[in-house]
Amino acid sequence: MNLETPKKFSALINQAYQVANEVFRPISRKYDNAEHSYPKELDMLAAVMDGMNDGDIHGGAGAGKLSKDKTRQSEGIKNGTNMSTVLGLTELCWGDVGLALSLPRQGLGNAAIAAVANEEQLVRFKNTWASMAITEPGAGSDSANISTTAKEDGDHYILNGEKIFVTSGERSDAVVVWATLDKALGKAAIKSFVVEKGTPGMEVSRLEHKLGIKASDTATINFCDCRVPKENLLGNPEVDVKKGFGGVMETFDNTRPVVASMAVGLARAALEKTKELLSGSLDQATAKNSYASPINNASYVDAELYRMEADLEAARLLTLKAAWMADNGLPNSMDASIAKAKAGRTCNYITLKCIELCSSVGYSELELLEKWGRDSKILDIFEGTQQIQLLIIARRLLNKTSAELK
Amino acid sequence: MSRDATGFALSVLNQFAGSSLADKFGLRKLIETISYSSTKKGFQAVGLASRQFKAVNKLLNPARLTAPKQGNNLFDLNISDEQKMIRENVQRFSTEVIRPISAEANDACKTAQDIFLQAQTLGLIYCSIPESLGGAAAQRSQMTNALITEDLAYGDMGTAISLMAPIGVASAISQWGSAEQQGKYLPTFLDDDSPVASIAVNEPTPLFDPYDLKTTAKVIGNSYVLNGVKSLVPVGLNSELYLVAAKVIEDNQETEQAVFIVESSTLGLSVKEDNSMGIRASSLARLKLDNVEVNKAQRLGLDKEFSYQAFVDNSRLGWCSLAIGTCQAILDYVIPYCNERVAFGEPISQRQSVAFMISDMKIDLESMRMLTLRAVSRAENGLNFQKEAFLAKVMCAEKAMNIATNGVQLLGGHGFTKEHPVERWYRDLRVIGLAEGGIHL
Repeated sequence: MNLETPKKFSALINQAYQVANEVFRPISRKYDNAEHSYPKELDMLAAVMDGMNDGDIHGGAGAGKLSKDKTRQSEGIKNGTNMSTVLGLTELCWGDVGLALSLPRQGLGNAAIAAVANEEQLVRFKNTWASMAITEPGAGSDSANISTTAKEDGDHYILNGEKIFVTSGERSDAVVVWATLDKALGKAAIKSFVVEKGTPGMEVSRLEHKLGIKASDTATINFCDCRVPKENLLGNPEVDVKKGFGGVMETFDNTRPVVASMAVGLARAALEKTKELLSGSLDQATAKNSYASPINNASYVDAELYRMEADLEAARLLTLKAAWMADNGLPNSMDASIAKAKAGRTCNYITLKCIELCSSVGYSELELLEKWGRDSKILDIFEGTQQIQLLIIARRLLNKTSAELK
Repeated sequence: MSRDATGFALSVLNQFAGSSLADKFGLRKLIETISYSSTKKGFQAVGLASRQFKAVNKLLNPARLTAPKQGNNLFDLNISDEQKMIRENVQRFSTEVIRPISAEANDACKTAQDIFLQAQTLGLIYCSIPESLGGAAAQRSQMTNALITEDLAYGDMGTAISLMAPIGVASAISQWGSAEQQGKYLPTFLDDDSPVASIAVNEPTPLFDPYDLKTTAKVIGNSYVLNGVKSLVPVGLNSELYLVAAKVIEDNQETEQAVFIVESSTLGLSVKEDNSMGIRASSLARLKLDNVEVNKAQRLGLDKEFSYQAFVDNSRLGWCSLAIGTCQAILDYVIPYCNERVAFGEPISQRQSVAFMISDMKIDLESMRMLTLRAVSRAENGLNFQKEAFLAKVMCAEKAMNIATNGVQLLGGHGFTKEHPVERWYRDLRVIGLAEGGIHL
C-alpha cells in the first residue's frame, strides 16, 4: 500500500500550479468583477494546456481525457488519466475555480465524450470543446425526469427542449445534451447527443448572474427543432431497459472525483491563506508541539484549523481513491459519491469558516477569501448535490432501488 | 457444539493449507512459521506467576526491521497476499469466536483465558518480532498490525485491546529496544506461555497530555527512580511487563519524556482495577509507581533511534485502527436492522432521515480509514508520520463518537438496551478521543 502522490506526476502538478499561481491568481478578482466577459488570457493558456495534454501520455490537467479503463491489458496497478486529472485540477482550482472551468477543451462535456463515445466519435470530437447540458427548468437532481426530446427523422435526431445551467455553454464549440428518445420508456431512453454550435435551432438565450465562479459562463440553451446528425448520439442508440440509466450515468463515475478535486484545491487555498493571515496569533504555526499534544489542549482556533486540515486530507485521499479505482477499472460509483460528498461539504465549510476566523479581513474584497466562500457553494451542487450523493451512497449500502429510496 | 480452542486451531491450519493464495504463491516464510507455531503450541494456561526474564538470546546489535520493498512508486490501496491471508483468518476468528462472547467479556471485565489461547494459534505476534529472534518479521509490519487490530476490534474492541497490548510491547521493543533488551524480552513472547504485557502512558488527570507527563523518572546513580500513577493500562492486573512513559529528571532539571521497561516483580509497583465506561474486556487498571527503581539499561531506546513522538503516534494509530474496526461493526449492524425494522408501513431505511444518517456514517468511516492508512503506510515506509497520525486521531476521535451515537439512535429505544451491542460500542468508542498508550502498532 502506498498513499503518497506518485513522483511521475510531479511535473504535471508543478505545471498546473504555475498556471494557477502566475495566470489565475493575478486575474482572479478581475473576472469575478467582470462577470460574462471572456477571460482572453485563457486563449494563450489553452494552447499551453493542449501541449501539456498531448505531451503527457497519462493525460493532462484538464477533464478532457477522462475515461475508465475497461480493457485492461496488464496485471499491474495503474495510475492514469483519472489520477492525473484530479491532481492537475486540484492545483488549477487552488488558483481559481471559475477560470479552471473556463479552460477551453477541458469541459465536463469532454469528460462525457471520453466516458461513453465510441472510437470513431472519440477521434471526431478530439479537438472539440464540449460543455454539458443536463439540467432543465423542471428537472435538476431528478435527471431521469428530463423532458427534452430527441425524435428520429431519417439521418437525424430532432431535439426540442430547454437546458439551463450549462457551464461554458456560451463559449464552448459544442454541447453534450441529454434528451429522451421516448419518455414512456423511462430513463433507459435517455441518451446524450453532441450538438455543435451553429446548428440551426440551437440558441443560447441567457447567461446567469451568479453567487460565485463568475469567470465561468452559465448559459440557458434552447433547442427548437434542432437537427442533429445520427452519428452524434454518443454510445449505443439501443434502448436497453434492463441496463437503464447506466450508459449516461457512467459519466459521473469519472466526473465526480474531478469536481471533488476542485473542492480540494479551493479548500486548500482558503486554509493556507488563513494560516498565513493568522500566523503570529497562532500556537500551531510556531509552537514546537504542533501535531503533538491532544487537540483538546489546543486553543479554539488551533483546534479548528486541525479539524479542517483533517477533513481536507480525508477529502483529498478519498478523491484519489475514487480516481485510482476508475484508473484500474474497479466499479467506483459509491466511492465517487463519497469523495464528492466529503469534498463538497468540506470545501464549503472550510471556505466559510476561514472568512469567519479572519474577521473583516476575510469578509473584505481586498482578500480572495470572501470570493472563495462564494465560489465553494457550487461545488456542493453541480455534478450531483450533496443530497444526491447521500442518496446514491445510501441506496448502494442498503441495497435499495431508486423507487424504494426516493 | 461450539468450537473450542483446539477446534479453532485446526480450522485455522486447514484454512492456511487449503488457501488458493498459498498454492498460487507458495507458502511464505511468515505463514510457514505461524502454521508451525500453531501446531507446536499446547493449550496450557498462561502462567501468571511473577516471571523472571533472562537473557536467552545474546545479540551483538539490535535487530532492526526495514521498510517493506516498494515495487514502484504508484498510488496503490492494495494489500499484500500475505496480509490478505492473515486478515481472512483474523476476520473469521473475530466473527466466529470474539463477537459471540463480547457481551460476556464486557460483563466479566476481562478477556477469557480461552480467548488468549485461541488467539495465540493465529500467531499474530510473529509479525512483530524479527526473524533473527525467532519471529517471522523480515520487514516493518505496522500495516499488518493495523489491519489485525481493525479486524479484531470488529469482533470486540475491549478484547482486541487485550490481545494487541502484548503485541504492542513486542513491536515497540523490536523497533527501539537495545540488543540486550531484545534478547531478554522478545524470545519470551514466542514461548507457549508468552507474557501478558502492556503500555502505560495515560495518567488520571483531566486534559491529559502525553507530552506533559506527571510521572517522573529521576536519575539516581546508575538507576532511574520512577514515581507516579498510570491509568488506562489494559490487562494491567495480569501484565508481567510494562512499558511506562515518564518525564526524565536529571540534576533537578526536567528533560525529555522517555519510556522504561518495567517488570511486574519490581519493588514499589502496585496495580488496581479501574473498570471504566467501556472497553471493559480489556481489564483496565491503574498502575502506581512508588519509588520504583530500574537499571539505566531498562530505558527503551538508549540510542538516538528512539522517538517518543513516534512511540506516541504508533499508539494513536492503534486506537484509530480500533475505531475503524468498531465503526465498521456498527455500520454492518445498523444496515440490516434498518432494512428489517418497519414503521409507518415501510422499512425505516426507506426514509431519507434514516438513510442519510447511514450515508454519513459511511463517509466518516471511509475518511477515518484513509487518514489512518496513509499515516500507517508512511510509518511503515520510514517516512515522517507525525502530522498524518495526529490528523488521523483527530478525525477518528470525532467521527467514531458520531458513528457510535448514531448507531444507538438508529435503533431507538432498542439501541438503549443490552439486547443489542450498539450501546456497548457507544461506550467503547468514547475512549478514542482520550486514549493514549495502551497499544502500539
